[in-house]
Amino acid sequence: MAFLLRRLLFYAVAAWVALTANFFIPRAMPGNAIQGIMAKFPGTLQPAAYKALQAMLGVGNAGSLWHQYVSYLNDVVHFNFGTDVTEYPAKVSTLVGETIPWTITLVGTATIIAFLLGTLLGILAGWRHGGWLDRVLPGLMFLQAVPYFFLALILIEVLAIRLNVFPIGSGYAQDVVPGWNWAFISSAVAHSLLPALTIVITSVAGWMLQMRNVMITTVGEDYVLAAQAKGLPDRRVIYTYAARNALLPQLQGFGLALGFVVSGAIIMEIVFSYPGIGLLLVNAVTSDDYPLMQAIFLVITFAVLLANVIVDILIVFMDPRARVSEVTA
Amino acid sequence: MTLVLPVSTEPAIPAEGAPEIGRWRRLPRNAKAGVIILGFFILTAIVGPYVTPYDPGYQNPSLSASLQAPSAAHLLGTTQSGQDVLSQLLVGVRLTLELAFIVGAVATALAVIGGVSAAALGGVWDEILSLVSNVFLVIPALPLLVVLLGELPQKGQTATILVLSVLGWPWGARVIRAQTLAIRNRDFIAAARETGEKTWRILAFEIVPNQVSLIAANFVNTVLYAIGASVALAFIGLTNLSSWSLGTMLYWAQSQDALQLGAWWWFVPPGLAVALIGTSLVLLNTGIDELSNPRLRDAHSASRIAGQRVRPTEPTPVLANMQPRRSPVAAFLHSFSRSSLLDGNGKR
Repeated sequence: MAFLLRRLLFYAVAAWVALTANFFIPRAMPGNAIQGIMAKFPGTLQPAAYKALQAMLGVGNAGSLWHQYVSYLNDVVHFNFGTDVTEYPAKVSTLVGETIPWTITLVGTATIIAFLLGTLLGILAGWRHGGWLDRVLPGLMFLQAVPYFFLALILIEVLAIRLNVFPIGSGYAQDVVPGWNWAFISSAVAHSLLPALTIVITSVAGWMLQMRNVMITTVGEDYVLAAQAKGLPDRRVIYTYAARNALLPQLQGFGLALGFVVSGAIIMEIVFSYPGIGLLLVNAVTSDDYPLMQAIFLVITFAVLLANVIVDILIVFMDPRARVSEVTA
Repeated sequence: MTLVLPVSTEPAIPAEGAPEIGRWRRLPRNAKAGVIILGFFILTAIVGPYVTPYDPGYQNPSLSASLQAPSAAHLLGTTQSGQDVLSQLLVGVRLTLELAFIVGAVATALAVIGGVSAAALGGVWDEILSLVSNVFLVIPALPLLVVLLGELPQKGQTATILVLSVLGWPWGARVIRAQTLAIRNRDFIAAARETGEKTWRILAFEIVPNQVSLIAANFVNTVLYAIGASVALAFIGLTNLSSWSLGTMLYWAQSQDALQLGAWWWFVPPGLAVALIGTSLVLLNTGIDELSNPRLRDAHSASRIAGQRVRPTEPTPVLANMQPRRSPVAAFLHSFSRSSLLDGNGKR
């Protein structure tokens, strides 16, 4: 339990660093960001939007720095990111809130599938070192090096445009109304298959390589040899002896790599015009909508931190050492 | 009784005359492939800008020049505004690689300084540096990069290099710190200290040179990260869009609907180049891993002992228990020899 408490404390520090960086970055920039945004909306900036800028960027006379900082933290705690500048009078939190379910469902499911599949393949490749799975490794390394959005372009070209197997773009068909009905859900699932496939194809190789390498080292341990010498069936030796121990570094790696995977996946959303947080981020970038960019940064960071907490809870369940006292991570 | 013969058919350490060739031959196959592919792209980056068939930015006003499929005149076709894709690619590879190598060098230098000083200073400083690097590892890099670059007044090569370098050191610092702690207690460090060497001299001339392979691996990793991140940032428009890099090529292809127009020759070459450079770096890193951890070596690196393949992970074979492969005739002749007594325990 001590392990989990220390980890929670660490994530609290990380969250605070992210929040504080988010507060100081716009204020540390040479002023042009704010001037730019003021020049972009001459006269049309609504009072509420101006207040949002004050909260996020410190425009105008918003009081002392400390005062601004406290009111900023207060706003964030209440999920109040102010009113959006470009899509006035929409609230930033509403805009972000609309896109989150899409991204979490797609990226979350696909990442977990890729992780499980990659780990399983890694177990097999590590056990049968030098077998056929090892022969496809260079190919897998190639897939790992392909940017998500580039693979997305290729898959759309081949599977959606040429072969017409999957629908192109967007989160659901034009003619269905969002809601909890079969037509919408089936359409949404059909539209998410290709983006999900992209995530699985590009990230599965990374998990597999990592698991394979840990597995190879684990298989060389004496306790695995002892288990084999006892005459235990291969299945049992692989999964209960070798894989279970190899899984711990793999899980820790999962937590650390999550940021990269999520970053790649949200950029991929642009290619599919998927109505997730990535597309919103790009729209914010192209229209210089700083409050929106910052809110998205915070939301993604907190999602990744939360996922890391879950990973740590899993580690505590799997690793008896983490349950005793010492910090292993 | 069993006989253990340290027989190896591996060539002995090559003579002074040809050390390079010997070293190249001993490199894992992955590393060789990585070096060859990366070398090709580095060569492209060096000579590329001088051999472009057209000006990469030249927009051909005639309508017939727009969106041409690859042909003899335009080996990789043209963009919507009639620009030559091959010329853009030749220039783009240089800009992307240049950025990645600079970021790799700067971030690796920061990682070495951070990691070594954390280990050397110890105590509170060590804890603080470790905490900072761990925090930066857990915060997703891309959204932070977007916020940083998005609010910078001047976007472009220099800004991207700066931001990527500042955020690219934590992982390396962590690894190098651990290694420094491991080396610090070795005898040769104690000896250096006894002879009165200054601390900074020990760090710079005893500890850092002993981590060269680790630093090299970290450099390769950072270059890989810089390529991925810079291409992604350019793809969403956070760079100087009038320069030609692999990322801006992809940006223009995406924003001008290359996909919908069926112009695959527009986005496939830059994307493939990114993927191939990335693959070469991954291969190179796997190669470095295999050099330092023999267990990871693939079956190809097995040595032949008495005609049988033995992987580095397997115990040194007991030759008396190994049946050298013989043709039936040879086996028949062998059965008359005295050494045949050693074959198979009692199976004769």
